[in-house]
Amino acid sequence: MAKGVKPRVRVPKKAAKGDVVEIKTLISHNMESGRRKGKDGKLIPRSIINKMEVTFNGKPVFTADWHPAISANPYMSFFAKVEESGEFAFKWTDDDGSIYEKTSKITVG
Amino acid sequence: MSTKQALSAMTRREALLLAAGATIVAAGGVVLKSGTANADQKMVDEAVMKLIGDKKPAEGKITLELPQIAENGNTVPVGVSVDSPMTADNYVKTVHLFADGNPAPDVASLHFTPMSGKASAATRIRLAGTQNIVAVAEMSDGSVFRAQQEVKVTIGGCGG
Repeated sequence: MAKGVKPRVRVPKKAAKGDVVEIKTLISHNMESGRRKGKDGKLIPRSIINKMEVTFNGKPVFTADWHPAISANPYMSFFAKVEESGEFAFKWTDDDGSIYEKTSKITVG
Repeated sequence: MSTKQALSAMTRREALLLAAGATIVAAGGVVLKSGTANADQKMVDEAVMKLIGDKKPAEGKITLELPQIAENGNTVPVGVSVDSPMTADNYVKTVHLFADGNPAPDVASLHFTPMSGKASAATRIRLAGTQNIVAVAEMSDGSVFRAQQEVKVTIGGCGG
């Protein structure tokens, strides 16, 4: 498992009903591509986060499949239309099966 | 004519040109050598076909936001947005990103829903060198769009 993985998300605290809000996420991770060589000249095995899923009150909003071409400490921003108050749930899946999660609330009205 | 005679017959300018030419040839050799391992337009086309089938993509609708020149290929900001009302019966399902000069053409697949509100997202990617970024958008009605933009990369970012 990759060490020191820390997800950060930025969701506006408040929004009006029907607003399209921008959500920014960042997660610290090496995103080892599997093509880099270590000091011993051997390839460092691939170890990346390959999937990111975002739901709002349990309903899917946005999903991303990531390949090794995504930079280390992956950043991802996207939009969501909010009609009611609720909670965004973010889930990142690592190559080794580890899951990193974070939630963030938004008040609408 | 001996080599010495040939050299003396050559003007200074010719000699400089010849030297410059040799350097370019040498540099070209290096580029070719490292280029063999990388993807090309054909591999991108194959990767696109694998994901969307044999549909013919149309031009338009997609806007790619990329720097013209990226100084560091390790982290190149990329933004993509697709013109769509994003309603329940007319929305962008997926946007696939490809890079035709990386060791592998796939970069990311972004799946949107009507709850996304707008089909727009941004991330940061690795680019091994100057190359084209290709975006392919699949709409909910089955139509497919494609856009492409070149990025010049000063220092490649794929390790190895």
